[in-house]
Amino acid sequence: MSSSRASPIRWLNEALKAAAYRVQSYFGLLRRVLASAVTRPFYWRDLAQQMDTIGVASLGIVALTGLFTGMVLALQSSVEMKQFGATIYIGRLVGASAVRELGPVLTALMVAGRAGSGMAAQLGSMRITEQIDALSTLGVDPVRKLVTPRFLAALIMLPVLTVIMDVIAVGGGMLIAVVKLDLTATMYLRSVYQSLAQTGFIFRYIPIDVFGGLVKPLVFGGIIALTSCYYGMNTRGGTEGVGRATTQAVVSSSILILASDYFLTQLLIALLIE
Amino acid sequence: MSQAKPSPDSAGPVVMLRDVRLTYGSHVVLDEIGFSVSRGETMCVLGGSGVGKSTILKLILHLEEPDSGHVEVLGHDLETSGRAEIFEARQRMGMVFQGSALFDSLPIFDNVGFPLFEHTDLPLEEIRRRVREALSFVDLDYRRVESLLPSELSGGMKKRVAIARAIVHRPEILLFDEPTSGLDPITTRTIDNLIVKLRRELHVSSIVVTHDTRSACRIANRIALLQSGRIIFIGTPAEMLASDDAYVREYLE
Repeated sequence: MSSSRASPIRWLNEALKAAAYRVQSYFGLLRRVLASAVTRPFYWRDLAQQMDTIGVASLGIVALTGLFTGMVLALQSSVEMKQFGATIYIGRLVGASAVRELGPVLTALMVAGRAGSGMAAQLGSMRITEQIDALSTLGVDPVRKLVTPRFLAALIMLPVLTVIMDVIAVGGGMLIAVVKLDLTATMYLRSVYQSLAQTGFIFRYIPIDVFGGLVKPLVFGGIIALTSCYYGMNTRGGTEGVGRATTQAVVSSSILILASDYFLTQLLIALLIE
Repeated sequence: MSQAKPSPDSAGPVVMLRDVRLTYGSHVVLDEIGFSVSRGETMCVLGGSGVGKSTILKLILHLEEPDSGHVEVLGHDLETSGRAEIFEARQRMGMVFQGSALFDSLPIFDNVGFPLFEHTDLPLEEIRRRVREALSFVDLDYRRVESLLPSELSGGMKKRVAIARAIVHRPEILLFDEPTSGLDPITTRTIDNLIVKLRRELHVSSIVVTHDTRSACRIANRIALLQSGRIIFIGTPAEMLASDDAYVREYLE
């Protein structure tokens, strides 16, 4: 009787211990990545290769996402705004939405799906074929060689991709504004500028919204790389394990991106606007 | 190929395990494991599947840590050594994995030259010379293989490339995890001969984990037989063949 009562408690205890261990090893990995980012040896060639894989190779998908997001935003909002004769403000809506939220978040989700899954799958395959153990036995720190370049590349490339996404989304909105809503490009772009300028400037020339939109992808890049590498490096159980690690990497990255976006937004409002 | 100069700690055994115990949860993987390997000696660790043979190699490389006991490599007690000391010890060892563990994104030249690119400032020409020397040592035609990717090689060739990568930086200890598993008898014989050649010509100490008794008897100076995580026999191949122990006899048959 007592054992049947004790078993759920024991199960909960074990589950909590396992969760605590995972959190501990996740932050342990972050600590090792940060330490190896500032000490020799540096793997510049791996960093450049990862910047290409994460950044350049993701350009197409990010550009397409930006274009259609901007177009849809303009199209959807035009339906409501037409009723009030306010289509002239379409640029404000597209600009603010794209730069503040949709640009950073959608870029991060796209990169998590494309590059994050690739990282987890590649490291997972290396783990199950003992290539990561081989690195260790050859006197090379796998975290320094494999994780740190991916982490730094994501930190560098996510803000760049986000800026590209923002510009293309604004361009997509302009396309709809000019072709379907009979606005001029100048009117539309002035409206975008007004929306970005209304919250003020930081460092004199940078709109606060744009600055906030660049801080977020920095954090999102770190989350994508660290989460994907964490699951990749800890892959167990053959090819099935690689599939599981890849799925977990994308799902966990996406949830962490969305959750951290809320807290970052709160923080940025408190620090920069209020 | 010439071997690296022995280090000042060359007098004692190069590898020593003392009362090593390792558990995964409630499962005892290794218990009271103790043996030493001298310079230039080949020790084979025999045993059935899942008895903890490969785990011994992981302990020597400090990829696993024992619950209790000591693992000493080249005079360093790995349990009390720092990360830098462990990496330094690993650089003096070479490991041949069961699945070869070649880096599948790198061509054979970069795979074999990897330890030299990582840990030395040698000019490219010298690295090229050493890579070709290592590939020739394992009877591979470097002109044919050095630009290929691992996926373009047969199982036996991959094993030989893995051996070339393990010896290119002239280690003092070589560890082999099932070097002949999945290979045909002729390729098995080739790999066995290579291991003997490594001892004779390069004077390296080797620990070979295998379940192949015939291979073990061909290449080993001494054999340790594992059963359920414990060493139940340790001795020369001749002593093993003459043993009256019931499990040894059963394993041999």
